[in-house]
Amino acid sequence: MNAITPRRRQFLAGASAALGAFTLGFRIPLAGEAAAQSAPATPEVNAWVVVKPDETVIIRIARSEMGQGTLTGLAQLVAEELDCDWAKVTTEYPTPGQNLARGRIWGNMSTGGSRGVRESNEYVRKGGAAARMMLVQAAANQWGVPAGECRVAAGVITHAPSGRTTTYGAVAEAAGKLPVPTDVALKDPKDWKIAGRPVPRLDTAAKLNGSQVYGIDLKLPGMLNAAIQACPVFGGKLRNVDSAAAEAMPGVKRVLRVGDDAVAVVADTWWRAKTALEAVKIEWDAGENAAASSAAFKEVLKAALDASQAAVGNRAGDAAAAIAAAPRKFEAVYYYPHQNHACMEVMNATAVWTPERCEVWTPTQNGEAAHAAAAEAAGLPPARCEIYKIHLGGGFGRRGAVHDWVRQVVLIARQMPGTPIKLIWSREEDMLQGRYHPVTMCKLSAGLDAQGNLTGLHMRIAGQSIVAGIFPQNIRDGRDPVVFQGLNAGGGEAEIGYGIPNLLIDHAMRNPHVPPGFWRGVNLNQNTIYLECFMDELAHLVGKDPLEFRRGLMANHPKHLAVLNAVAERVGWGTPPAPVDGQPVFRGLAQTHGFGSYVAACAEVSVSDGGELKIHRIVAATDPGHAVNPQQIAAQVEGSFVYGLSAALHGECTVKDGRIEQTNFDNYQVLRMDEMPKVETILAPSGGFWGGVGEPTIAVAAPAVLNAIFAATGKRVRELPLKNTSLRRG
Amino acid sequence: MAKLNVNGRVIEFEVEDDTPLLWALREQLGLTGTKYGCGVAQCGACTVHVDGAAVRSCSMPVSAFDETQKIVTIEGLSPDSSHPIQQAWLALDVPQCGFCQSGMIMAAAALLAATPRPTEAQIREEVTNICRCGTYNRVIAGIQRAAGVSTAG
Repeated sequence: MNAITPRRRQFLAGASAALGAFTLGFRIPLAGEAAAQSAPATPEVNAWVVVKPDETVIIRIARSEMGQGTLTGLAQLVAEELDCDWAKVTTEYPTPGQNLARGRIWGNMSTGGSRGVRESNEYVRKGGAAARMMLVQAAANQWGVPAGECRVAAGVITHAPSGRTTTYGAVAEAAGKLPVPTDVALKDPKDWKIAGRPVPRLDTAAKLNGSQVYGIDLKLPGMLNAAIQACPVFGGKLRNVDSAAAEAMPGVKRVLRVGDDAVAVVADTWWRAKTALEAVKIEWDAGENAAASSAAFKEVLKAALDASQAAVGNRAGDAAAAIAAAPRKFEAVYYYPHQNHACMEVMNATAVWTPERCEVWTPTQNGEAAHAAAAEAAGLPPARCEIYKIHLGGGFGRRGAVHDWVRQVVLIARQMPGTPIKLIWSREEDMLQGRYHPVTMCKLSAGLDAQGNLTGLHMRIAGQSIVAGIFPQNIRDGRDPVVFQGLNAGGGEAEIGYGIPNLLIDHAMRNPHVPPGFWRGVNLNQNTIYLECFMDELAHLVGKDPLEFRRGLMANHPKHLAVLNAVAERVGWGTPPAPVDGQPVFRGLAQTHGFGSYVAACAEVSVSDGGELKIHRIVAATDPGHAVNPQQIAAQVEGSFVYGLSAALHGECTVKDGRIEQTNFDNYQVLRMDEMPKVETILAPSGGFWGGVGEPTIAVAAPAVLNAIFAATGKRVRELPLKNTSLRRG
Repeated sequence: MAKLNVNGRVIEFEVEDDTPLLWALREQLGLTGTKYGCGVAQCGACTVHVDGAAVRSCSMPVSAFDETQKIVTIEGLSPDSSHPIQQAWLALDVPQCGFCQSGMIMAAAALLAATPRPTEAQIREEVTNICRCGTYNRVIAGIQRAAGVSTAG
């Protein structure tokens, strides 16, 4: 089993055995030390690979590990081409500051959109292959033989004609002095020996005994702890702060304004800081959003369903005319509410600021964005700032595009130069200051011919744009390019799987004051619920089997169809499921394409007379093109269902008086073990493309379950979460 | 002032009486394997053993304990990750982000101590910890593996 210590290798010193605890001896590099600090102890072969004299292979991972297994998957891809001994592999994160200084040699550090493997697979494999070529060349040079006569297996280089062997560790230093080859050939995936295999994760051991260090666990010498409260009404400001009582409390060092909308207490321990924060009397100027509510915004969305202006996402033929002329018409309105990411590890970061330099330790999905946020808040050039990434206690999109907590910790540290400050949000702060899954409503209007064929479909999405909230510069002519995920006409990333002769999918953007965020699955979540539940509605309306109805529209979408067929075959669609505990079981289907992968699911549920829902099993098929670690893909599929079903069954952040009402896991319930279905993952990589696996299957969980609920009860749930609808019979 | 028996050692330390055991463990004793998740006994990330029973340490003040009660944290569950639950977790690659897993492992170990051969239904009912990554099915399989009962799915 490999121990895995990215960054910790450089920053963690002695582990004390006292109480089984450890003390973290972080070296805090001072001004001017940046260059020395970024120089590795062992020379690298190239940017991706370091081989130490003891044969340890350090693979550099630019993306962030947040549970999704990308650390292991990317290491597999590098190791595959490197032909090293997998048992000797360990990993480390290069820092954003190093990436900046070296012309982004590690590429994009952003870890979201299920793009770790799908976007970086080629260049990380080339990094591994180039390192192998350099190591072999170094051996060949030492022996004075052509590199072409040398062979490699598991880090051992052999020159068969002379019977000589050496190892990567022995030639690594010489290899690092050779030019990096530019003409690099990659293996055919059918020849993979490390990639494509269900190898164990590299980061499991430390997660079993408490030794894995998360951001919340950091301890620096002389460090103080901060608790914070920002204005609970988004956009509101501080009016007055009375800190007298708090300042007199034990351990309290400072009570500080953070920007114009937050107050922090800095104390020797976090618990004392948090306790004292509750004693600070804060007067807020709630501003123009003081009266905002979810109920009022719902009316805005309803009106937008019929607004004349909307950005077109997908158009074929003339949907309006086709629907108008159709002998049979059908319409339905769906609603999907705000959700909080609710990462198990609350937002946190540790910062040290001096007039010369600012350094931040934080769990982040995007080290480069965290770096930019830190530099801006620090008032220093990026070259004088550094981010040290730490494994995340969950990310799900919350720790990616926006680094509000990094800004805050730096603004606090700036007020206490030279003192390390660890900022930890309370769960309540995390719930109230989220970057929420966008709220949308959707009206679907269909026209069908006399035979029950779908001849026209208009899908009007009304609601929030994540891109408008985070990257407004990417909105073109009022069009958010991400809002149509799973509904696009082409592009290879998120295409609709149906050929509908007359189709219009458009979006009337309406943005509430609640800040949006990329939330695992992003817009694929609600779009798939809308389309796949409506397809199910249409099938039942015309008396067709939901699978056959879909198949009739999928002739030109063979990859979508293949995963749908795979789940139908596995469950035995068309044959009745066996009852469970005397309750009849019903099935529902859904399929989509997102983050480059084709996915489908069949849910099996039962509903008691009293309305109690049990989701017994979900069978899910994924075609990600290439599969790098099948057992981790299965873990991602299972996990995605927990995320998607948490939202579908329970999740809802509502606004009253301008603020989010849900404050903790007692009033923001998430899926627990008693509700977890069995999950069967069908992995069907068809080759030729690279799709992500962390997110796509989330989107099919909810519609498959909702469609199965309809089969069981005849009740069509169009407004989420499900907890607001009674499934009781009669 | 508190006097606690933690991982086999009695320690006396300065702390306000109403400090939750969780924060005393993390901040006074440096035992950061026990996690803060919610502070209101909902998520179980802070689960430790007190005389063998699973306790959510975020919602118990240190004043509720004295040196006669044996508190065990994830760091003290076994000296070398050899507890059957830890071994099963390793074999099945249970953790994803891992943040909830200290609490999950402690809850699972307490369940096995009280119920050596739990049924799947008992596991689902007894282990109510929250995992947002979605490791639940591997947690169930891990507990069954540690208990030596067959894993079904």
